[in-house]
Amino acid sequence: MINRAEQPLIKDAVDFEYHLKPYEKFILDNGVTVYAINAGAEEVLQVEWLFFAGNSQEEQNLVAATANHLLKNGTRQKTAFELNECFEFYGASLSRHCYNETANIVLHCLNKHLPHLLPVVQELVTEATFPEEELNLYKQNNKQRLEVSLKKPDFVAGRLIDEYVYGIDHPYGKYSSFETYDALQQKQLQDFYQQYYVNGKCIVFIAGKIPPTAIGLLNQYFGHLPFANNTLVKTHMATPAVEKKYRIINDTEGVQGSIRMARPFPNRHHPDFIKCMVLNNVFGGFFGSRLMSNIREDKGYTYGIHSYLQNHLQQSAWMVSTEAGKEVCEATITEVYKEMEDLRQELVDEEELLLVKNYMLGTILGDLDGPFHIIGRWKNVVLNNLPEDYFYTTIATIKHITAEELQVLAKQYLQPADFYELVVV
Amino acid sequence: MIQYERFVLTNGLRVLVHEDTATPMAVVNVMYDVGARDESPDKTGFAHLFEHLMFGGSINIESYDDPLQLAGGENNAYTTNDLTNYYCQLPAENLETAFWLESDRMLSLAFNEKSLEVQRKVVCEEFKEHYINKPYGDVWFKMREMAYTQHPYRWLTIGKELSHIENATLKDVKDFFFKHYRPVNAILVVAGNVKTEQVRKLAEKWFGDIPMGEKYNRNIVAEPVQTIARVQEVKAKVPLDAIYKCWHMDDRLSEGYYAAELITEVLSGGGSSRLFQALVKEQKLFSSIDCYHFGTTDNGLMTIEGKLVKGVSMQAANDAIEQELDKLKQHLITEKELQKIINKTEVALAFEDISVMNRANSLAFYELLGNANLMNEEFEKYQVLTKEKIQQYASQIFTAENSNTLFYLSEN
Repeated sequence: MINRAEQPLIKDAVDFEYHLKPYEKFILDNGVTVYAINAGAEEVLQVEWLFFAGNSQEEQNLVAATANHLLKNGTRQKTAFELNECFEFYGASLSRHCYNETANIVLHCLNKHLPHLLPVVQELVTEATFPEEELNLYKQNNKQRLEVSLKKPDFVAGRLIDEYVYGIDHPYGKYSSFETYDALQQKQLQDFYQQYYVNGKCIVFIAGKIPPTAIGLLNQYFGHLPFANNTLVKTHMATPAVEKKYRIINDTEGVQGSIRMARPFPNRHHPDFIKCMVLNNVFGGFFGSRLMSNIREDKGYTYGIHSYLQNHLQQSAWMVSTEAGKEVCEATITEVYKEMEDLRQELVDEEELLLVKNYMLGTILGDLDGPFHIIGRWKNVVLNNLPEDYFYTTIATIKHITAEELQVLAKQYLQPADFYELVVV
Repeated sequence: MIQYERFVLTNGLRVLVHEDTATPMAVVNVMYDVGARDESPDKTGFAHLFEHLMFGGSINIESYDDPLQLAGGENNAYTTNDLTNYYCQLPAENLETAFWLESDRMLSLAFNEKSLEVQRKVVCEEFKEHYINKPYGDVWFKMREMAYTQHPYRWLTIGKELSHIENATLKDVKDFFFKHYRPVNAILVVAGNVKTEQVRKLAEKWFGDIPMGEKYNRNIVAEPVQTIARVQEVKAKVPLDAIYKCWHMDDRLSEGYYAAELITEVLSGGGSSRLFQALVKEQKLFSSIDCYHFGTTDNGLMTIEGKLVKGVSMQAANDAIEQELDKLKQHLITEKELQKIINKTEVALAFEDISVMNRANSLAFYELLGNANLMNEEFEKYQVLTKEKIQQYASQIFTAENSNTLFYLSEN
């Protein structure tokens, strides 16, 4: 008879060896750095061109995001339709994203198509025109989209909590409005583009089963462009709100409230950052966390509740986020504070701590198998300007952190008085 | 080409093994042949509620999640109209923990009253979050009820109404379990850094003695052929008018399914697709428009949905959609378009196969459809399609009498 009552012997994830495949680094003729991870079995590639063209750099709200989005909507030689067709004909996808400090262009394609696609990407970063008609359509459609989003309590709550923590004028706290869309001008986009893309600083990340010709091709198409070797990312002062508690009615017939609770937190260079990632996991970072076990699995107030440290370069916030039944929103907030109190008052017991460590490390192990995940970890190191051994420091910190250390951190950071509190119904 | 080994235990459990030594992880995927289409009309949402209960402890093990997390693993599950799937990933050294957990909950659940009570609430909050507390959240309740008069695709997996979930009893839970969650109705896929022989031994050890159960034979009434156009108008507190249109299409194994898939690409597969270019960019009638289908096992729905630019009339917007469909019916797509959608399919399949978890999931899905090797034959089925076949299929499905249209009007 097998013993079904007892778990088979396991090897604790804390006893595993972890190895992050190192990147290869190439410098193109104009000084552009290419980080490469050559791994994987499929003949596929992901190439990212990263520019310091995020919304920290803009003079006026939405210029960075709009410039990034419309890169693909017209060049001196091609219309938006023709550009899209160039990529889509080869089944490739070209996405753009704008963040706070950076903005990027990401290409996913089969290896064999790379030579056809790189010249088109080159065109995007040298000859984009931002046609007036495309801009007008973008404004119209985004204003309509915004109108729909503003009916969603989670959307409204997400904007407001950032505003409270960072201030409406800070890149992490500002958001779109009908007026800011209306104010966008073609000239601003063209100027921003010239400064931060055409003559901006560019870093390339390439991952996948990289063909031997790839770096040469990158040099051919991007190694002679007038990119800058350095850039200054503008820094901004946060102006956190004075008032900490907010209750907002967005829809009188709403049946759920979007709850956000947040406190300011330092960035990844702070010695407590990694340790607090462990504490965060105990608190609300995964399915087995205290918040999930209590508020979902015991009380059934919500479909899900999570806490996390925001992934920003300059400064961060420790956030709790959930959608809960309208009538149990206040009870949910009370329980969140109770869980904080418990972490301050009591040591996390050894069994729970081992579980959290094993879970976190197991997840990291699972994340290391694909080239796209690996390059993602390196990108994080590069962008945050972290030491090269950051991955190993992270592993060691998770392996060795003690319940006593967690309690000290809980006493320092999980203090209700430091948290902004928002419910949007 | 995805390699795999397949064997069947004496209790009918089908086991597939896919070895990949490039990863340090193992994936264990258990798919049960039951979905929302197997529910009775007065107890909808049950398959999905049940999926939640599968995490509330099994006969010998109090918690599913804790031991798995302790072993460095993570897991999730989903329910569709056709099937229910549970999957976990953990370091390959700890593979046996997954066998221990999955086999115990196949043996029997704990049938815990408290777990049922809590998960009823959790699912009700999920219902509110996704279908009530957001604009246009009720569209698919209305559309499914219009498009399907008989077939259980009439309801969403979340259920027809909150009361069905609220009224679920422990007896319902038990009956459902012993009817559907038996080895003979399940498929186990183990993938990653594992060996077939090792999996065979573990499967025998942990699943071998679970009673086979009765093979569940589905007896679903086919949806009668629609013969007259259906139109419905709704007014709601939303900012923008929207149009939703659905046409019945073929089942998952028919050639028509593949033609439908390519039609969605021609119409809305990106910035150079027809609907986007014509209706958003050129005619400026829609602020967004999409064409997709549901990929269901039984006959599904081809869908076009779009939000209208303010000031555009429903009539004009609807006519413009019909005009694009007429072009597809009257003319062949171009050689370039055909090449484009085939290329796109090839790339999509390649990217899908990157993750071991996706590969395990696909193997289970195709095995459930009848043959795991269908996974390796997918691309060929697209490649043999011609411009003529696509035109023919468009002409077959995009007819007025096969159409269901929902005009969703803003009250403002």
